[in-house]
Amino acid sequence: MKRWLPAPLLSASLLLVWLLLNQSLAPAHWLLGGALALIVPLLARPLQAYGQARIRRPLALVRLLGFSAIEIVRSCFAVSQIILLRRSADVNSQFIRIPLDLRSPHGLALLSCLINSTPGTVWVELSPDSHELLLHVFDLQDEQWWVETIKTRYEQPIIEVFETPRANNQGENA
Amino acid sequence: MSMADTLPWWAAIAIACLLVLGGLMTLIGTLGLARLQSFYRRIHGPAITVTLGTACILVASMLYFTVTQSRLVIHELLIGVFVLMTAPVVAMLIMRAAVYREQRNFSRTSAMDDDRPQP
Repeated sequence: MKRWLPAPLLSASLLLVWLLLNQSLAPAHWLLGGALALIVPLLARPLQAYGQARIRRPLALVRLLGFSAIEIVRSCFAVSQIILLRRSADVNSQFIRIPLDLRSPHGLALLSCLINSTPGTVWVELSPDSHELLLHVFDLQDEQWWVETIKTRYEQPIIEVFETPRANNQGENA
Repeated sequence: MSMADTLPWWAAIAIACLLVLGGLMTLIGTLGLARLQSFYRRIHGPAITVTLGTACILVASMLYFTVTQSRLVIHELLIGVFVLMTAPVVAMLIMRAAVYREQRNFSRTSAMDDDRPQP
């Protein structure tokens, strides 16, 4: 079972994508999609340098995505307000540094996607030695607030979702 | 236009509101691209377009075709997923390229000193 279906979640989402693309629930599409869902993860396995991501707490992931969606909509309105109402010279754009405890590569990928999807923040760089994240904030009011929000609202749930103590060590070696 | 005639009023209102909001968001995002001064500020403009602009227009599309064809049309979700998976990566790549360029041409001073990463 494990050998032929190494990533059940990936297979399920591939099948779902296939059915959505074809907009059909006909048996032929189930069959073709099912075959793709079985073969593609096996072929793609050598491409994944850090192996399969294991989601340990799906509920925490759902809660995190929900929170990010609300945050994205909120920042959309905040950023558009700034663009429309404020002079460009008054916008206080700054780089800030945030020390991260997260080490799992999958977790870091998710964190960077969430941060970059939120208007007003762009992930610039993660320094490899000190694990400090360099973040660009569109309109900085309170640096401490940003550090705390990223660490408690984003990083902590992601650590819960992806990491175990063992995974932590692996991430550090990699 | 026979399909639009069969649209019930509640769906028409919801779709119109979503399209207007999505269009506004896209417009504001591009306005930001035109109005803001430095590169690091301009990069935040299109993020609005990518997230809320895309989302509103896609939801409007799903609603319109679901109501007019009386069947569930949700393959627009895939567009949303792909946009949300690729746009952040592109933003990060462009940002890193900009920082790299700035560090290389350190002699060419920009007008905003506060806007530069400390090396």
